[in-house]
Amino acid sequence: MSLVDQGRGSRGLLAKLLALNWPLILVICAVASTGFLMLFAAANGSYDPWARAQMIRFGVGLVAMIVIAMIPIGFWRTVTPLAYLGSMGLLVLVEFFGTIGMGAQRWISIGPIQVQPSELMKVALVMALASYYARLDPERVSRPLWMLPPILLILAPTALVLIQPNLGTATLLMAGGGAVMFLAGVSLWYFAAALASVAGLVTAVLQSHGTSWQLLHDYQYRRIFTFLDPDNDPLGAGYHISQAKIAMGSGGLTGRGYMQGTQSRLNFLPERHTDFIFTSLAEDFGFIGAITLLALLTLVVVFCMVSAISNRDRFGALVTGGVGVMFFLFFAVNMGMVMGMMPVVGVPLPLVSYGGSSMLVLMAAFGLAQSAHVHRPRAVD
Amino acid sequence: MKNGKKPPPPRITRRGLMLLGLQFGVIGALGFRMRDLQIEQNERFRLLAEENRINIRLMPPARGLIFDREGRPLALNRQNYRIVMVREQARDPAAVLLRLAQIIDLPPDRQERALKEIKARSAFVPVVVTENLSWDDVVRVSANAPVLPGVIAEVGLSRFYPDAYSTSHVVGYVGPVSESDLAKIEDPDPVLPIPRFQIGKTGVEQRMEPSLRGQAGNMRIEVSAAGRVMRELDRVEGAAGRDVQLTIDKGVQNFAMQRMAGESAAAVVMDVQTGDLIALASSPGFDPNSFVFGIGSREWNALLADEYKPLSNKTVAGAYPPGSTFKMVVALAAMEAGLMSPGDTVFCNGGTTLGNRRFHCWKAGGHGTVDLRKSLSASCDVYYYEMARRVGADAISAMSRRLGLGVRHDLPMPAVTEGLMPDKDWKKVNRSESWTVGDSFNYGIGQGFTLASPMQLAVMTARLATGRAVVPRLVRAIGGVPEAVPEPADIGLSARSLQAVRDGMFAVTSEGTAYRSRIADPLNLMAGKTGTSQVRIITAAERAAGVTKNEQLPWNRRDHALFVAYAPFDNPRYAVAQIVEHGGGGSAVAAPIARDILMRALYGALPPLAAYPPEARGAAEEMQRALAPLPETAMPEPLERDRA
Repeated sequence: MSLVDQGRGSRGLLAKLLALNWPLILVICAVASTGFLMLFAAANGSYDPWARAQMIRFGVGLVAMIVIAMIPIGFWRTVTPLAYLGSMGLLVLVEFFGTIGMGAQRWISIGPIQVQPSELMKVALVMALASYYARLDPERVSRPLWMLPPILLILAPTALVLIQPNLGTATLLMAGGGAVMFLAGVSLWYFAAALASVAGLVTAVLQSHGTSWQLLHDYQYRRIFTFLDPDNDPLGAGYHISQAKIAMGSGGLTGRGYMQGTQSRLNFLPERHTDFIFTSLAEDFGFIGAITLLALLTLVVVFCMVSAISNRDRFGALVTGGVGVMFFLFFAVNMGMVMGMMPVVGVPLPLVSYGGSSMLVLMAAFGLAQSAHVHRPRAVD
Repeated sequence: MKNGKKPPPPRITRRGLMLLGLQFGVIGALGFRMRDLQIEQNERFRLLAEENRINIRLMPPARGLIFDREGRPLALNRQNYRIVMVREQARDPAAVLLRLAQIIDLPPDRQERALKEIKARSAFVPVVVTENLSWDDVVRVSANAPVLPGVIAEVGLSRFYPDAYSTSHVVGYVGPVSESDLAKIEDPDPVLPIPRFQIGKTGVEQRMEPSLRGQAGNMRIEVSAAGRVMRELDRVEGAAGRDVQLTIDKGVQNFAMQRMAGESAAAVVMDVQTGDLIALASSPGFDPNSFVFGIGSREWNALLADEYKPLSNKTVAGAYPPGSTFKMVVALAAMEAGLMSPGDTVFCNGGTTLGNRRFHCWKAGGHGTVDLRKSLSASCDVYYYEMARRVGADAISAMSRRLGLGVRHDLPMPAVTEGLMPDKDWKKVNRSESWTVGDSFNYGIGQGFTLASPMQLAVMTARLATGRAVVPRLVRAIGGVPEAVPEPADIGLSARSLQAVRDGMFAVTSEGTAYRSRIADPLNLMAGKTGTSQVRIITAAERAAGVTKNEQLPWNRRDHALFVAYAPFDNPRYAVAQIVEHGGGGSAVAAPIARDILMRALYGALPPLAAYPPEARGAAEEMQRALAPLPETAMPEPLERDRA
């Protein structure tokens, strides 16, 4: 990527627009388009109720992304504490005023808009950690005392999300936050220790099942056990995974044809407009379609990571890398889930699955990455 | 890394690349998983997907029809209009049912039953609310369709027996498949468990089931996850059941039933040349249509309690002492053994003494000198005590078998009795006693252990008339292909013996016990034999005081009245065997009925009065006019006949 030799904030709007990371935008558009295609199919060949709404949201999101991108990254760095504390406030709020949706308290209604504070928090957490490490002397990054604030920044929202309960998002927050710390250069020993304690935690969680100090809800245990052996309960909890695998597998190399997949068309596939949308695509377009979407998603990550690596501004770089990692975690968890590689935790496929606040928050996050890209420091010769 | 003057801002290049590498690793794993599911395991999952979506639905075949020998229907499939309800369209099934009950007859208990079933099934599954409706009901329901959401009038096929009471025993009936039916069948047809599928329960319907049922077709349908039918993929047409044509002549059959109305009786008419059973009439009949949708317990109990036993098929399943109609067998046995010739005489003084036991002739004063001809025409018992004594039980038994008694004839009906033609061994085995001369005496007059069904007596008469081993048959054609009629073998009796017996039988109607029941038409002269078989023991004391008249006995202790005959005498065409249970004397009760039925067969219609003897014409005219109409089925007439 060539560096454009222009001063910060001193350019015209047109120049800034030209400086946008256009390849990233194009790939995002491509990914979102596959979503429109599958939402159209999920409604049996109709724009309503999903495809049209999704297209409008994406349009709004696209505009929001560019607007955010036009605003200097420094501004966003300034408002980071506000973003983090605001998200935290909303997270606390949903505990008391949240609406019940999909068996969990996740939504908050502000007028006609439904907001999922845990979505906001994903971006706010990345911003907060990036801001912290941008300010912190690199020498101190791995000192235990300086490890405490970021860990608290991560654990506070994670705990709130966990009690909603939303295991999927909690995992994403932990992993995403960890990834930003990793990018910031925290000693690898810490990560080794963290992995070891996660392993210990998993053991504790499994051991606690059925005892008085049980750590997870029964339905979460069921999901875990179902994941470990989906075939022992094919009509009960394992039904979703079994049907999803059948849908994927029956697609073959070239797929059953657009809107011809029987698993999707005849409703054997659950939630085919949200969490299981990738399965529907894989059934209709086969391995070729599935691997193409995976490639497009990978390109989004690569563009983000390349932009991050080449950015000299530490905050911008960390935010861009954090957004990329969040995005990666998002789709990796979703795909792993629908392909039976990990428990069903209820994570949608980013940009593709139907969902309003997820889409808007994601586009805002890409806006931050774009802002970092547009307003990156001039190259030093 | 580049070094400037100032401490360079720490870049994230190294960690970024490490992380990217980690991500590529995960993405690679995802890609491999896709390949594994979609390429490696494609076939397996494709199969599972097909299993998910495709259901096989059976289409029950249309049951074969049953016709009489002239092609007139005995069992039809008629369109059965029924009302089904789909819950998701009805929204409030209870309210819709109430509205429906204002339009058609729908008692509250049936509403309740329908409601229960509707709630138990999926929302989109049609549930039968009521069936067997008239076309008027269907029209009314259709006219009110806007206020009856989810209510659909459907048409299916169900069995209908137009000659309900007349042919009930022969044709039998169909009914829903029961658990015990399923348990009995070793390799059940997959159509059997279909709700409302019907199979033959008795009669020809049951015994010809394999021909009548046909082959179920099937339809592959695509279903959604909820089980809703999305579309039909393909279908394999089944084969309708084959039609069965019987040898029965509906006209003769119906006449016989009418003629026997009010009696517990049975009449069998047989074609003496082919063995075709022209009529198998068992009175009283019952309405087989009641069984098609399941008979009510009250109606069922009434049928069981009736002492005339409407459900039993007396023609083939009823075993009666043949009485004097058996005397031809004894005479033939004696003649063929060379122990009697037709001119030999026996003196009858009204009885025979055996040891300290007296065997009476029915005629208290005796018949005097009796030869074969007179023994038959006057039905002398003493003559046959003597013949039985001469020839013995085993020879009688052997002769009766040659004439078709004591053997099971293979007819497609349940409970076809073998009757009983005892011999010495039989008594030893079954009664642990030796055969006595007294047993032989009783054998000689068709009493004692001897039992035969009316159908067997008809076979006997046909064999006497033709001298051939005529075999009875009931099925004329299956699926339009006529059943072969084997040329009956010669029975192996000397022409002289047969002619002597036939002459005796002709004497019965021309001068003897059945003289009043003769046929006057010289072209259709009849030969026959009366029989009156006792069902009680007349004690010596009773005989001394004078035998109680039948009319004074309770019905079920009166004598059975029997008559066998064939006509025309010189060119036999039909044989008839008649029994009137507890009817009294064979000559007075059975002979006139049998004669009328035989004439109905001979003339192909009600016979001209000129065919009756002059003194009987008034009674015949009265009989023809007063012929009781057959009871009609309670079922409505079929609206449309799909194939008739």
